This record gives sequence, structure tokens and C-alpha cells, in this order.
Amino acid sequence: MKYLKNSASLNFITEKCTNCLICIDVCPHEVFAVKNKKVRVVDKDLCMECGACALNCKYGAISVNSGVGCASGIINGMLSGGAPSCDCGSSSSAECC
Amino acid sequence: MFNENINITDYCSKRERLPLVPKISPNWITADYLGSVKCRISNSFRMKYKVAPGLYSLGEPDENSDVFASANYKLSFDILRKALNGLSAWILVLDTKGINVWCAAGKGTFGTAELVKRINKVKLTNVVNHMRIIVPQLGAVGINADEVRKQTGFKVYFGPVYAKDIKNYIEAGKRKTPEMRKIEFSTLNRLILTPMEIIPAIKKFFIFAIVVLLFFGLQPAGVIFKNAWVSGAPFLLFGLISIIGGAFITPVLLPFIPFRSFAIKGWIIGIISVAFILFFLNLHGQKNGLIRSVDFLFFPMASSYLALQFTGSTTFTNMSGVKKELKIALPIYLISVAISIILLVIYKLHKLAVI
Repeated sequence: MKYLKNSASLNFITEKCTNCLICIDVCPHEVFAVKNKKVRVVDKDLCMECGACALNCKYGAISVNSGVGCASGIINGMLSGGAPSCDCGSSSSAECC
Repeated sequence: MFNENINITDYCSKRERLPLVPKISPNWITADYLGSVKCRISNSFRMKYKVAPGLYSLGEPDENSDVFASANYKLSFDILRKALNGLSAWILVLDTKGINVWCAAGKGTFGTAELVKRINKVKLTNVVNHMRIIVPQLGAVGINADEVRKQTGFKVYFGPVYAKDIKNYIEAGKRKTPEMRKIEFSTLNRLILTPMEIIPAIKKFFIFAIVVLLFFGLQPAGVIFKNAWVSGAPFLLFGLISIIGGAFITPVLLPFIPFRSFAIKGWIIGIISVAFILFFLNLHGQKNGLIRSVDFLFFPMASSYLALQFTGSTTFTNMSGVKKELKIALPIYLISVAISIILLVIYKLHKLAVI
């Protein structure tokens, strides 16, 4: 299953990549793969912006705008003017991903 | 009688080094099974379904045994201990406020700081003589392996996504196959998630039902129950149908409904459901053009809204995409609601012979 075309904010800077392969190890959607001995983004539409690759890339080769991806969380964020949040931690009755 | 081979100082220091580490069983009891079902249905139950953070021992682990990190959501912990049946291992439970690994990692509670803190708190270096810790792959969203190594010396191994693959992963020498890295989203996975979509929607439905009954029942003489029920019932039926369409049918049939947008998927199911009901049931008052317009305008849109909510439960949608959908869908929703209200008011005024 794929989500919307060209919507993911994933950005991969080939020049900074050292082919350590940590991104391939942590990505649950096979967004990255080795092609011609180099790590490449195979299909950006598969990216769910979880941010695991960007957090674990030591060389700053990956950036992604990660965050809560649920509609109610984003609406909450729009209403409160803050970041999308489903408030799992603070409220016991709040819904959570 | 006396075993001279035991080094008394070593023995004593070891006893001291290993303070009370609770021993746990890999087997589930009835309460565990019941809990695993209940936390899929009740929010309040799930939010309290926790285990105490800290170190646990499973089987007969020693200083060479592997350490597995987990969340303190009891279901996560239960799934892990069940999957480790037959192995001897340490389980390090982080304080994730009762939230599962993936969600907690997204929020940072299953994160670098908490892992470092917990490793130090349980004095993990005194328990094991290696410097390895196996973290579920989805924990990588919150855990920076390099940072953990810098701060504690422990090397983080991102294990498989699913606990069921742990044994094969260990047997393969901590190597993952591409399949072990991939997150699934099967029909069964989606089905399990639907109660948490349906139940909040039903709660909103009660408010909707009261408004609908008041609207149709309202007469110059007051609220007439018979009018409320006879004219309002079809709307209540459509309301339920849009909940089933948006919160159940769309999630379950997700890959088979055309278009990638959840809002469009939900709308398609909604409009098909409304058309289906109108075609097969001869509902009171539904021949009226105004009412029929509302049927087709409001209810598919309600179904679309509910389907869009499901993005939060999926394993493949992303925030940028959901924002994009909302940007287009929200104004449409609001305009549709406004038009529906105007149409109903015109209908009502017409019925009351005001216009």
C-alpha cells in the first residue's frame, strides 16, 4: 500500500552518505536500497516519515519532517496552533495512535 | 559436602550485584489473553495497561545472555516475553507511560534519554558482561544508536519489527532478513484496529441522533415524538451507515478501494452505501429533493471524515500527506455541513408552510 504521490518530505543528500546502511536497517518500508554499491532512495512514496533513518544517520545525509500522522492529531495541532499531537501522555481518556 | 570450587567472594559479590530482578514466565495466563482483547476495545483500560519499568529475567539468564528493550505497555511486554519462550534473556522495560514501542518512540518516551537512564538505573553493566542491547526496530524512531553508545557504551542492535521473528534473528547471528524489517498491515491488522474507530464515532452519533430527532420533531406545538422518529429514522440509519462505511468498511477494504487519498476512499464507500440504501429501502420522506440532496451531500462526507481519521492507525501514511488531505478536505467538509444545514432549514420552513 502506498500513500499520496510526492507528499513525503524525505530528503536524502547522496554526497553526505557513507553507505553505513543504518537507514536500510531501520526503515520499515524499504525506502532505501543499495544500487551500484551506493545507498539510494528507491521509492519516496513508501516513506511514512517516521524519522528513524534521519535520527540514526550519523552523517546528516537524511532529513525528514516527522511527526504525528493522524488526522485528529493534526486538527488538534491546527486548533491549538502547536505541533500535531494526540495527547497520549497527559490525558487518560485521549485517543492514541 | 562443601564445594571448594566456589569462590566465596565472587559468589557473594554476584549476589549483591544482582539485586532483586523479577523473574517472569513466557506463558500467558487467562488474564493476559483477556487484557490483550480489552485494550483493543477500551481506551481507558489500555491507557492503564502497564508493567513497572525496570529489568526482568526470563528463563535462566546469565551475564552472557541477551538484553531486550521493551515498552511498559503490558501488551508489548507480553508479546515479547511470549516470543522469547525457550530462551534465557533479560528484558529491560523502559517507562513509556504505558504506550507501545512505536508510538512511544514517535513521541520520544521510548527514546535515547530514557534508554540511557534505564541502563544506568538498573546498572546493566553489573548484570551482563557484554555491551549489547537489542531494541525493536521500530524503536529506532526514538533511539539514536550512536548516542546510546556514546553515553553508555552499549551497542544498540535494532532487532526485527515483530517479536515473532526474534528467535530466527538470534539464530541467524543477529541478522535480519529484508522481511524482518518490513512492517505489515494485513486485513486482520486493520480489522483489529476498527473498534477503536467505531466506538468514538458511535459516541458522536448519539449527539447527532439527538439533533436529528429534535430537528424533525420540532413543530409549532413543540417536539412531536412521532414526527421525530418517522422523519428522523432514515437520517439515523444513514448516520450509522456512514460510520460503518468510514470506520469499518474503508479500513478493512483499504487496498481494494481506488485512489490513495483516505478522504476519497471513505467518500466512495459512503456514496455507494447511501445509494445502495436508497435503492433497496423505501424510506419515508426520502423522495423529497432537499432531503435527498442532504443524503448525498452530508453522509458520504461523514464517511470520508471517519476514513481520514484512520490514517492515524495505519503503518504507511505520512504526516505531510495527511496535512495535504486535510487542507483540501476540511473546507469541503465545512461547506458541505453548512449547505446541508441550509437545505434542511429550507425543507423545514417549507414543511411548516412558512415558505
